[in-house]
Amino acid sequence: MKRDLHVILNLFATSSRLQRRRAFLTVAAIAWGTIAILLLLAFGQGLRLQMDKNRRSTGENLAVMWPGETTKAWKGLPPGRPIRPRIDDLDFIRERMPELKAVHGEVVSYRTALTYGRKTVNGRVIGTNYVYGEDRKHYPQAGGRFFGPDDEINRRRVIFLGNELAKDIFGDEPPVGKTLLVSNAPYVVIGVMQKKTQMGVYGGPDANHAVIPITTFRAQFGRDRLNNLVIETYKPAQMKGELQKLNEILGPKFGYDPTDDRALQTWDMVKTGEINRKILLGIEIFLGIVGALTLLIGGVGVANIMYAVVKERTREIGVKMALGARRSWIIMPFVLEAITYTFIGGALGITVANLLVALTAFIPIDKSEVMSFLGRPTLSPAIGIITAVILGIIGLMAGYFPARRAASVDPAATLRYE
Amino acid sequence: MGSNGNGNGTIIRMAEIRKIYDTGKVKVEALKGVDLEIHKGEMVAIVGPSGSGKSTLMNLLGCLDTPTSGDYELGGQSVAGVTRDQLAEIRNRRVGFVFQNFNLLPHISAQENVEIPMLFGGVRPAERHARAKELLERVGLGDRVDHKPTELSGGQMQRVAIARALAMNPDIILADEPTGNLDSTSGSDIMSIFTDMWKQGSTLVIITHDPALARRSSRVVEIHDGRITADHAPN
Repeated sequence: MKRDLHVILNLFATSSRLQRRRAFLTVAAIAWGTIAILLLLAFGQGLRLQMDKNRRSTGENLAVMWPGETTKAWKGLPPGRPIRPRIDDLDFIRERMPELKAVHGEVVSYRTALTYGRKTVNGRVIGTNYVYGEDRKHYPQAGGRFFGPDDEINRRRVIFLGNELAKDIFGDEPPVGKTLLVSNAPYVVIGVMQKKTQMGVYGGPDANHAVIPITTFRAQFGRDRLNNLVIETYKPAQMKGELQKLNEILGPKFGYDPTDDRALQTWDMVKTGEINRKILLGIEIFLGIVGALTLLIGGVGVANIMYAVVKERTREIGVKMALGARRSWIIMPFVLEAITYTFIGGALGITVANLLVALTAFIPIDKSEVMSFLGRPTLSPAIGIITAVILGIIGLMAGYFPARRAASVDPAATLRYE
Repeated sequence: MGSNGNGNGTIIRMAEIRKIYDTGKVKVEALKGVDLEIHKGEMVAIVGPSGSGKSTLMNLLGCLDTPTSGDYELGGQSVAGVTRDQLAEIRNRRVGFVFQNFNLLPHISAQENVEIPMLFGGVRPAERHARAKELLERVGLGDRVDHKPTELSGGQMQRVAIARALAMNPDIILADEPTGNLDSTSGSDIMSIFTDMWKQGSTLVIITHDPALARRSSRVVEIHDGRITADHAPN
């Protein structure tokens, strides 16, 4: 055993010392395959994470409902009746459906004059509940805040601005603490939204609207019909059942068939999220196939090199056998070679891929439109190791089988080989 | 394992050896029943036209190939039915090969080439290095130990091969047309080395076309169409 190891290591050392070019090519092939697949999948993963983040930037586990018309007759009432819940109905829902994480209403005033100093901008103003800040991911930039329960109860004239709208009104001036006029009524700016890349939009992008407490809105505009009713669930899986229950509660109250999905039109973000996930899965499968083909090409390269090596050295194998080498002494150095090349090539590939990914970190995501959708490539070391191992196994087999065949015939035949 | 074979000095005993090459379509009977005994201290030249079965005989003598039928004892040990690895060990310890085309490993130095059989034979590294140097000096290549085969002339390569054949101090040296690829000067140098080895007690079997080499041996075996047709002292 010890002698076997000594001989094998000795032969391996001489052959790998001599075959530098081939060693280089094999290592490069394995490294390249590993890099290609790692990067492909890293970009796929980055895209997935970023898209998921962008999707969630509207809010998570939400469903938006807005007024519609009945399409089914119900209890003697004809179809075609408009259904418009009011602000007071929010408490009704909250009471009957405590299982919901949050319920908020939205009342909208479009093209409302927002005046600061001598500048007036027409913008969308939304009156809503304080939970909106968290539900709809309206996170304030440093130095600001979203409004809270107190503001809502006390009908305070406070306003939270979308970042684009704030820029339109205030330019480079810091808006927080300034007073602006909303339809000639003064409001204090309490916060500006952090920039976000928003995938799901209803009514318009969050960056372009202003938000005030729903109570303040009712006092100023005198309207209490909801433009949107938004519920948030704890568990996405329960969303479907909860929407059904909501219709069963509101149906009798407003006089519509709970199975009538046009009475209150619904955007179930959980459901559309599912679809998004499937699209992303499709993208990842596509990248995976591209990666697999790259792997195949790399594998063919490695196999080719190893096969050529054994063929080229068949005569040498014959000579060694004539001089008394055992079969394993012939075969094992090839195996050892494949393992070594795999290890070095794999390590090299993973290192280079890591470096390249680290370099992309220097591209600012927020500044670049492309990057804000593509996201940060995220590496999976496991995939790198698997890739290198697969390439190594291909190389191993391509070297092992011809070597075994060459070592299995009588040396007389191998020595004749040209 | 002694280097003397059995008591009466018989190193090789072949009886009724046949070798048939079966290529699927045609069967070629290369050896048609060969009986041959070679004793310690002999220098045997095997001569014959090409296609006569010389090389087949050489392969069988060196355990590079197995006979289709017949008995073969090498150093008193029957070669029939041994495993591949055992056969490898027999080649390593009992036989030294010198080939027409040298068959040196091209990428390693002369010294490393000479060390290969000793590596396989389990000789310690220090002993290997020393013996390889000593053998190369003996064949007149003391100043070429670090040269690779490609940096050596044909005659020098063959001398490396001879040093390699002697490395494990084998029972018998088998040489297949050792001067076939050499010019006449190098060829006669090689012949002199063989003659010296014989005088120092080595047993040699040389397959050759070269009448000069045959003349310098102690015994000439003529082979023709797979059979031994004559076995006599050189004339």
